[in-house]
Amino acid sequence: MYEIRLHSRGGQGGVTAAKVLAYAAFLDGKYATATPLYGAERRGAPVVSFIRVDDTPIRVYSQIRTPDLVIVLDHSIMQTVDVTAGLREDGVVLVNSPHPVEVKGHTTYTVDLTSIALSLKMVLAGNPILNTPLIGAIAKMGIISRESAEKAIAETFSDERNVMAARKAFEELKI
Amino acid sequence: MLMIGTGNKAVALAVRDAKPVVVAAYPITPQTEIVEEIANYVTDGSMDARYIPVESEHSSMAACIGAAATGVRTFTATSSHGLVYMCEMLHMSAGARLPIVMANANRALGPGWNIGAEQSDSLSMRDTGWLQCYVSTAQEAYDTAFMAFRIAEHESVLLPVMINLDGFLLTHITQPFETVDPEGFLPPTNTPHAIDINHPGGYGTLTKGTEHFRFRWDIERGMRDSVAVIQEVEEAFAGRYGRRYDMVEEYRCEDAEVVIIAMGTLGKEMEVAVDILREEGVRAGSIRIRWFRPFPAIDLAGREVVVIDRDYSFGFGGVLANELRAKCGCRPFSVIAGLGGQEVTYDDIASFVRIRTEGGEHWFGVDA
Repeated sequence: MYEIRLHSRGGQGGVTAAKVLAYAAFLDGKYATATPLYGAERRGAPVVSFIRVDDTPIRVYSQIRTPDLVIVLDHSIMQTVDVTAGLREDGVVLVNSPHPVEVKGHTTYTVDLTSIALSLKMVLAGNPILNTPLIGAIAKMGIISRESAEKAIAETFSDERNVMAARKAFEELKI
Repeated sequence: MLMIGTGNKAVALAVRDAKPVVVAAYPITPQTEIVEEIANYVTDGSMDARYIPVESEHSSMAACIGAAATGVRTFTATSSHGLVYMCEMLHMSAGARLPIVMANANRALGPGWNIGAEQSDSLSMRDTGWLQCYVSTAQEAYDTAFMAFRIAEHESVLLPVMINLDGFLLTHITQPFETVDPEGFLPPTNTPHAIDINHPGGYGTLTKGTEHFRFRWDIERGMRDSVAVIQEVEEAFAGRYGRRYDMVEEYRCEDAEVVIIAMGTLGKEMEVAVDILREEGVRAGSIRIRWFRPFPAIDLAGREVVVIDRDYSFGFGGVLANELRAKCGCRPFSVIAGLGGQEVTYDDIASFVRIRTEGGEHWFGVDA
């Protein structure tokens, strides 16, 4: 089982990103679940979502304690939240940031999703839309196929810029 | 059709496929998505039903009672405070033998205010005469909600059915599930006592003790007969759609010396705990209780029992533990866990088995 913990801020689309990611894995023929962690969230507050991917039905409902991958949609969260808590020794970190970020002891990928969203004028209620370009970056990491990523996005959002953003992130992320 | 969606969405699609004539609803977290989805289906024409938005849960059940009394298929959904607010109408619907189907998102009751998963809401409605089923996956939620109409409307049952899903844990998780071709699986409703304006009669009139007593016994007879009906409908479902269900779901029980018993999502996660314990050499198994009313016959002779309750009956014990003590004559190790959405992992469940004592009670996170 591959376990992903997604850190974002309320309003950034983290919960939707988790669903689209699970959908893309499902299209790849995997069993996948996405769970938002509900609490006293409000706009701008740090929130967490969990995604599990496996070849067999997933029987676990509790939170992910030892993720294989940690995704950070807003790098400023790292100042207040220990995003690497429980991260497996060979665990990987993916951060949305304009500057390269290094997480000690872990392979860390950085991609500027915010600039990608802004370059396509993808803004909702004042927030750049980060979830669809994120799916492209995750496809580049090989966790989901590029085809399923694009299909999952296209079937969830009618605006074509979402697929364009995912393609851009796929191209920009250096592996 | 194979798809991916939330537990709530699975229920809404099952209702769409069951084609009820009336849906009356009042929103409440965490079930709101169910009635929102159904409202969408009615609006976009994929469901041909009368959708009645009402001002309270008491009214949503009252509207379902009125509609079901005319002999048509009805559905509503609720949770927590909404469920206990319609308590009077739950007794009314079962007493009037109306086969209403309802989904309940199991959620804690306040105060303190809490929207997390807890089964105290539906279990406190235990004695209303409703059949109660607790599901553990989006697929099971879809399948059971769909089958529930055929079970409730069966001439030997004619009692309402409540499908329970753990709030957020199941209502809000996104999982793959498959819908079915519903054509022909649910017979048309045939309520023998449906209101017929050409033959006026009294409905719910004053009854003396003798008649009342017979009505009560008749409810119990319907409840007892429902076991065979549930198994018949689940068998027909398996025959046509390939997915098999039973009163309970057993996991690695054949040679088990210790059995973990729970309902809902904990009843699924505990299978992982069983695997962990088996690797440690403990001959563990699990029994997930699906149908709580009617309560299943379970043979626990010669086995140690660990039961997990996401609920509590104050002054007595965990509700499921109490039922097992009474029905199966066992002295389980009773664990109270997960109240108000408290996090309970498969490792925690395995630890409950390791610290078990016969007849003991353990409040997870409270007891040392």
